[in-house]
Amino acid sequence: MEKQAGIGKGIDTVTLLLYYALVLVGFIAIFSVEFRAGDSFFQSLLELKKNYSKQVLFIGISSLVAVLILLTDSKFFTTTANLLYMAGILLMLLTFVIGKNIGGSKSWIALGGGFNLQAAELCKIFTALALAKYLSRQETEFYKIRSQLIAFAVTLTPAVLSIAQKETGLALVYLSFFLVMYREGLPVIYLIAGFSIIILFITAIVLSFEIYSIMMGIGLLIAVYFLWRKVKRNFSILLLLVLIAGGCILFKYFVDYVVFDKILKPYQSERVLSMFGKSYTPKDSERIAQLENEMASGKKKDYSYNVKQSKIAIGSGGLLGKGFLQGVTTQGDFVPAQHTDFIFTAIAESFGFWGSALLLGLYFLLLFRLITLAERQRSTFSRVYAYSVAAILFFHVFINICMTIGLMPVIGITLPLLSYGGSSLITFTALIFIMIRLDADRQMVLR
Amino acid sequence: MAEFNQTRQTTIRIIIAAVFAIILIRLMTLQLFSSKYAKLANDQAILRKVVYPSRGIIFDRKGKAILDNITMYDLMVTPSQLKGVDTFALCRILDVDTAEFKKRILTSIIKNSRNRPSVFEPLLSAEKYAKINENLFRFQPAFFLQERPIRSYPFKAAAHILGYVGEVDSFMLKRSNFFYQMGDFAGRSGLENFYEKVLMGQRGIQYILRDNFNRPIGPYEKGEFDTASVAGRHLNTYIDIEVQQLAEKLMNGKVGSVVAIEPQTGGIIAMTSGPTYDPNELTGSESRKNFSRLFLDPASPLLNRGMQGVYPPGSTFKPLGALVALDEGLITPDFGYGCFGRYSPCGRPACTHSNAGHAANLSLSIANSCNSYYAHVFRMAIDNPSYNNVEKGLLKWKSYMTGFGLGHKLGIDLPGEYAGFIPDTARFNKEFRRGGWSSCTIASLGIGQGEIQATPLQMANAICLIANRGWYYTPHFVKNIEGETAEDTLLKKYREKISPLRIPNDYYQAVIDGMEMVVTNGTARNAQIDGFAVCAKTGTVENYFRKKKQQNHSFFVAFAPKENPKIAICVVVENAGYGATWAAPIASLLMEKYLTDSIAGPKRKAEIERISNVTIIPARIKHERYVRDSIKQVKDSLLRMRLEREQKARIDSTDLAVSTDISDYPVNVPERKKEETISSAAVLPNHRYQFKKIHQPNI
Repeated sequence: MEKQAGIGKGIDTVTLLLYYALVLVGFIAIFSVEFRAGDSFFQSLLELKKNYSKQVLFIGISSLVAVLILLTDSKFFTTTANLLYMAGILLMLLTFVIGKNIGGSKSWIALGGGFNLQAAELCKIFTALALAKYLSRQETEFYKIRSQLIAFAVTLTPAVLSIAQKETGLALVYLSFFLVMYREGLPVIYLIAGFSIIILFITAIVLSFEIYSIMMGIGLLIAVYFLWRKVKRNFSILLLLVLIAGGCILFKYFVDYVVFDKILKPYQSERVLSMFGKSYTPKDSERIAQLENEMASGKKKDYSYNVKQSKIAIGSGGLLGKGFLQGVTTQGDFVPAQHTDFIFTAIAESFGFWGSALLLGLYFLLLFRLITLAERQRSTFSRVYAYSVAAILFFHVFINICMTIGLMPVIGITLPLLSYGGSSLITFTALIFIMIRLDADRQMVLR
Repeated sequence: MAEFNQTRQTTIRIIIAAVFAIILIRLMTLQLFSSKYAKLANDQAILRKVVYPSRGIIFDRKGKAILDNITMYDLMVTPSQLKGVDTFALCRILDVDTAEFKKRILTSIIKNSRNRPSVFEPLLSAEKYAKINENLFRFQPAFFLQERPIRSYPFKAAAHILGYVGEVDSFMLKRSNFFYQMGDFAGRSGLENFYEKVLMGQRGIQYILRDNFNRPIGPYEKGEFDTASVAGRHLNTYIDIEVQQLAEKLMNGKVGSVVAIEPQTGGIIAMTSGPTYDPNELTGSESRKNFSRLFLDPASPLLNRGMQGVYPPGSTFKPLGALVALDEGLITPDFGYGCFGRYSPCGRPACTHSNAGHAANLSLSIANSCNSYYAHVFRMAIDNPSYNNVEKGLLKWKSYMTGFGLGHKLGIDLPGEYAGFIPDTARFNKEFRRGGWSSCTIASLGIGQGEIQATPLQMANAICLIANRGWYYTPHFVKNIEGETAEDTLLKKYREKISPLRIPNDYYQAVIDGMEMVVTNGTARNAQIDGFAVCAKTGTVENYFRKKKQQNHSFFVAFAPKENPKIAICVVVENAGYGATWAAPIASLLMEKYLTDSIAGPKRKAEIERISNVTIIPARIKHERYVRDSIKQVKDSLLRMRLEREQKARIDSTDLAVSTDISDYPVNVPERKKEETISSAAVLPNHRYQFKKIHQPNI
């Protein structure tokens, strides 16, 4: 009884309200995607045949999970963090054996009753806990390369497994932990290096080989001009600069011939390149043959269809939107996967720019609130964990919305708390409520 | 250490804020600053469906509907819902085999995809419709019946007048400034075409939401932007459908035309062109096939000879020649000409009559159709001393002809009227050089032969003018339009009396007296009708086809009664011989039918049967038909062989495509081969007959 009385004590109501606001928006959006004039609302709600009715069930389960988490002692999370992480990794390995293939990625475990669990989703929680646990160890000295590498290993192992399960989108989310590590003292050089590679990658895509090489040459000359004094003093700096420039040109080869032709699948290459207004022309003989085959048989799919429809839905919303259940693109099922990955389009079409901005505002508030919560923690564990939650949420929102508005290639990644799906919703609920639980006990020093 | 990095939270907050700002800016460009997405969304999701109103009905003068709408049904199929349907039972009702069934399903998938309904069998027969309607619950929802209104002609008559509706072609699309859309139906000929704007009504527009498979899912905005269609308006015409039917019966097996006009109104009572066809052939599922058959027939059944057949009018022209001479004051009604079997002034034989006094005065000359008299009178008009110049004389003569309504389109309310031809000085100057011709050269014009060409409609109209003593209304079919308003300008010109010539009544009287004598004791005694004074003129027209002399055309013009005329008629039977033999009895029967509403006596009734059972098809058409049939036989056998080969190949591929249980979208199906069309240009009939220049007629 004592615990029950204490369940609400110290809970951050702002986060709680924002959480339920977003969940509600999610339900409305899923409802608007699926509901057609003439459907019986209550009947389909009870029969669990529609996605929105299932979502109600998921919201119920999530609330149950939330209550359970709030009833749990905070110490439980610190003590079992490593264990849970191991279990999570094992679960992911298990999916290779008993996994179920849904939509091309073999990352789901069938739970029976038509429900499936995505292990990689759950693993995000465990990884956040494990990273928090590792960084909060007294003996961890994060400024040492060794510690940094261990932290990388902890976060990137599930990412690698995700890629193996063909869930590239989820793998990308694990990169968000770098933001957390940055907060915990990871040298800025890592972020700068990562950022530079992204810029270089985009430049390599956009520019032709000739212009790219000329630009690298000019860059080299400029660098030499500014570093001329140092170069005069130490000639090896010039050598280093030339090596960097050469490396950049090699990188272009790497992007063109390895990344697009070997690592990414043809449709992925096409999605990435179409973002920059380029079309994918394979250089690999095997892929050329495959492409010609598809062209000849007329089976060539238009991989930009999703984004085109998504942009049409969003763009046609205008300032005020077309109104609830009035979106013609939504009502006509033009946007594929609209109730999951493209749920944002339903909001943007029905409620327009104001609605979208409002939704973004909710996310923005939630993220800033989470950072505020993180900063007020006494224990490193709680802080690192809170930052992890914020970073994961941020990456999800950022990648998902950017993909719907054509700023990013289409990656299968959900919009937190809005997209239809039990795994996603329960994962984010768990993530956030563990955070709330920890925050409620912020006076304790957890290790 | 951690506390040391506390300032980094600001950096992280800035990164988050920056990303959100970028997203917001992007959203602004998408949602606020580019309008193309709204258009794209509506284009793909809103179907603008045109609702066609029912076309107007056409009534005859007694209020009978001669062009009506009936509803027929198409059997539609949605291939994606075929699972579990007892298709075998359906095949049995429709009498198709399994291979054909598969083929049709496959065709629908290719045409319209599996999710959208396509026509499985168009325009079901009444029997099939009944059977399917009874059993429809067994085939739903994959199959359903869709209404399709089509035009029907209950009297199976007046094909040329009423015309037909057909799909608009690219030419019509352009000419209508894209008012029509591909797949629209519009009047293609006849009244259907001329009164298209009245008959079609006003198209309505429905906005329908559709989904990604193009399936309709409901009205857009609850139909707020829809506009209702307005039904087409009806037409009341002067046509007497019974007279029309009788005319078509009498012209059965003959090439030629009948045009009957009510002189007091200019309303056309009947207009037929032989050979004709059942207008119902050009509606419904067989219409394309029937059209090409009619189009390729050497006898040109699609040609409306009433206004598109041009002939020298022959002796039927003589009353007009008399009027010209009288009005110019060159002769009086008592003027006589001594004809003894020859027309001597120009040194050529011109008259076959030798009994003295047959041209002792004007009336007698008409009654006996004296060629010499009219060649002479014509020459007098051309050589009129008050002009002292053949050119001026001819131009004056031509202006009379224009007044009579010859040589130009009258402006009937049907599309495609021919103008006929009245030669003028330019024509002869070109042919003979200036000054190289005299009234002798062109004397044959006086008896309606030579360069002069007129349509039966023009001749009937000229008779109206004589019957009315100097005026006519432009011949037309439509009396009034239902709910006519001031905006309906189509009928305006038909309500203006046209009296271009100022010829005194006495002269008309003299000519009319002569025309009466034609029937009472002249060339057409068999055209008499009991109780009515009929005025008429026969014609036997020499004609040539490809420079070869053909059997004469049988011509007859008449009006009745003499005073207060009710009907004026022109009958042409091509290559049938004397005017009195065929054209006169036909005209007589038709006038009787119109005037008394029946045919009196068994003798007259037997006459109808006799005439309608006679076939007078010109030899040249017979020959062309023979040639065409021979070519067709060879082509058919070649085509049959090729079709059999293709059929075999198609069945093989159909089995393959259907057996792969169409689950992946879209299916990969073999491209359809274009059906080879027989080139129509090669066997196109020559619509316009060729006329040899003749200057020395010999009748």
